[in-house]
Amino acid sequence: MTDALFIDVEVDASVAQDRELAAKLTEVCPVDIFAQSDDGALEIVQENLDECVLCELCINAAPPGTVKVIKLYSGETLPAGAAVAGG
Amino acid sequence: MRFFEYESRAIVAKAGIPITKQGFAKTPEEARRIAEQIGGPVVIKSQVLSGGRMKAGGVKFADTPDEAAGHAERILELEIGGHMPRGVLVDDRADVKHEYYAGVVWDGIRKLPVILFSDMGGIDIEEVAENHPDHVARAHFSTLRPFSDWQAKQLISSLGVTGSALNRLTPILARLARLFLSYDMTLAEINPLGELTDGAFVALDAHMDMENEARPRQKELLHELGVGDEETRQAREPTPFELAGEQVDAMDHRGVAGNVTEFDGNLGLVIGAGGGSLTLFDAVRAQGGKPANYCEIGGNPSVRKACGLAKLVLQKPGVERIAVMMSIVSNTRVDIVARGVIKACVELGHDPAEKIAIFRIPGAWEEEGFKILERYGIEYADRSVSLHEAARRAVEKIQGGNGAGAEGDQFRQTTAEIGSETDV
Amino acid sequence: MSILIDADTTFIVQGITGREAVNLVKECLDYGAGAKIVGGVTPGRKGRDVHGVPVFDTVAQCVEHHRGPIDGSVVTVPPAFTKDAVFEALQNGIKLVVIVTERIPRGDVAQMVELAAEREARIIGPNCLGVIVPDVIKMGGIGGPARDAAKSYTPGTVGVISRSGGMTTEMSSTLTAAGLGQSTAVSIGGDAIIGSSYAELMPLFEADPQTEAIVIYTEPGGRMEAELARYVTENDSRLPIVAFMAGRFMDEMPGMSFGHAGTIVEGKEDTATEKIARLAQAGIVVAEEISVIPDIVKDKLGARV
Ligand code: SF4
Repeated sequence: MTDALFIDVEVDASVAQDRELAAKLTEVCPVDIFAQSDDGALEIVQENLDECVLCELCINAAPPGTVKVIKLYSGETLPAGAAVAGG
Repeated sequence: MRFFEYESRAIVAKAGIPITKQGFAKTPEEARRIAEQIGGPVVIKSQVLSGGRMKAGGVKFADTPDEAAGHAERILELEIGGHMPRGVLVDDRADVKHEYYAGVVWDGIRKLPVILFSDMGGIDIEEVAENHPDHVARAHFSTLRPFSDWQAKQLISSLGVTGSALNRLTPILARLARLFLSYDMTLAEINPLGELTDGAFVALDAHMDMENEARPRQKELLHELGVGDEETRQAREPTPFELAGEQVDAMDHRGVAGNVTEFDGNLGLVIGAGGGSLTLFDAVRAQGGKPANYCEIGGNPSVRKACGLAKLVLQKPGVERIAVMMSIVSNTRVDIVARGVIKACVELGHDPAEKIAIFRIPGAWEEEGFKILERYGIEYADRSVSLHEAARRAVEKIQGGNGAGAEGDQFRQTTAEIGSETDV
Repeated sequence: MSILIDADTTFIVQGITGREAVNLVKECLDYGAGAKIVGGVTPGRKGRDVHGVPVFDTVAQCVEHHRGPIDGSVVTVPPAFTKDAVFEALQNGIKLVVIVTERIPRGDVAQMVELAAEREARIIGPNCLGVIVPDVIKMGGIGGPARDAAKSYTPGTVGVISRSGGMTTEMSSTLTAAGLGQSTAVSIGGDAIIGSSYAELMPLFEADPQTEAIVIYTEPGGRMEAELARYVTENDSRLPIVAFMAGRFMDEMPGMSFGHAGTIVEGKEDTATEKIARLAQAGIVVAEEISVIPDIVKDKLGARV
């Protein structure tokens, strides 16, 4: 599998360790981009990233600013205007 | 879905309609054994789905089991209308006094089934209807109320049939009408329906077509007949390319990206949906283009599925470019399809801008889709460009402006193999 | 004016909690004046709501809740349950049933149509996207989300009837771009047996003062076009009709099915060529491409005055 071409998802480290939030994200995403590892930590399912339907359900499920969806084809982010951390 | 004669006759028998002694054989040896069991003159009939068996030499008479085996051997190797037979039917050669016809079909205008009866059996019913209309009786019947014997009786007697023939024919036609509905047939035909010298009535040949949509609920019958889920029973067998298309469609349950049919051209088509695909395929040919395939996208497939379909088409030998076109979409998303086809190009090591001759899908999420297409430098069009104009641009690209050339000869080649479906 | 539905039409959605149905409800509520969706049915889900529409276990509960007869129902339940759902709607007094579900065996469709006739009700579909009266109401997924539908459909004088849901929108959008609005557009479905054919909808358009011309999308398979040709000839219709025929290539491939379940060439009469000839005989212009339809319609309308 090649890497995702169109979509990237960034999750704040604080959220990634929060099992409850991880479970919530896993549940809301309609295309299974989020999963939980055996210890409950959040994982991003790389091969599903390009399936993202830009529904923002993940963004709304997490504290403001902690989840970002990046459109690699335009550089835009969701929620609109969010800065991309880390680079 | 069409049944072979041996299956059709099994269905008829299951419904309680008498048939002659018979058996299905896949080898000359089996044919010999069946002929021995029948004990007497037999008919050996090729089991193919294409018509014109008699003319092609696919039906032969034998007086002895040896002769039966000999005929079976030749018929088993005889291709008819581009099809190899599945086997042969070894059938008791009955002493026929008179041949009738009985059939049930749908009348799409009246939206009811119609049962047909003729006292001139053994020939094509359409021929009888045209040349001897007074020898064909027909009656529509309800799908809500059970079919009653009197309806069959009234139909048969309307042609002047009376006496024991009427009484023997009545239950046969009534059973045929009932089996038509209970087995979801689109055609149930017994022709000829023979009256034997001993007064018995038997189905000498039968022709059954089941509705594809009903296959899930007719599993039991299909299982009994040994019909596999993978058998499409279209006018020709699916090609490996088409089977691969089915696999793509089965990848997940989101939307449709399949219904692939193979052609011999150089322009791969990633098109949709039902009506749009038909329109676009015509449009490409009208512009002198040579489609490599037919297909349908619809119902908002996943990126994975769109990608799988595009890859399949891109990898088809002879395909130079693909055209991605649909009528205005309201459910399928433009951006998702764009991602899928671009991903297919990239993963196969192609430049999407080079490989995708045109992308014309207006509608849901088009702004997002157009951003993606722009990023990859792909020529795209919105709803202001008609389907025919989009097809013209695609054809022009692949043929270097030689757009109005002769239509694809190769297309002819493929279709010439597909036999006529009309008679058996 | 319009045919089949108008701003006051009330309807329910059977199978309302299904994924596609949820979208459909939102689309219809958002479109035009907002559809009057008075309830939805999903057995076992009573008490929920979908975009504010109350969900019930039965159609009877919807009627009771509404305190009066309901005009229509959009049926989006799986094929194995569709017949039962449609029977339920008909037996509860619903007079217009739009069946979205695909892959329903013909025997079931025939039963639904027969019962509808007994109940003096009408079925649109199956395998269709429904009905739209531009800027007023839509009943079904036709045209998609309200914003998209508004791009394709505008009010006007052309009645649209199409065997393909997507092509209903494609053709209407082409008309709209040329300044020709639509009175009502109906996606009638692509199956071999459908509730309402071209010829059966013609009298409704005929009686609608707003409609001045008809545009139809047709395909090979079946005898519905012959029926329309006969209707036009026998009834001396006041409405000029322009047709577009897709799937001409299928003539060379008898016995192969493409597209809709109804598009399989089984005899001489249901080929594209034969249908085009019949339509032409009845004075119906068959356009070579969709883009030329608006000019033909304008021509016909101009010639009549
Ligand atoms: S935007 Fe929607 S599809 Fe995309 S990652 Fe978030 S939840 Fe999943």
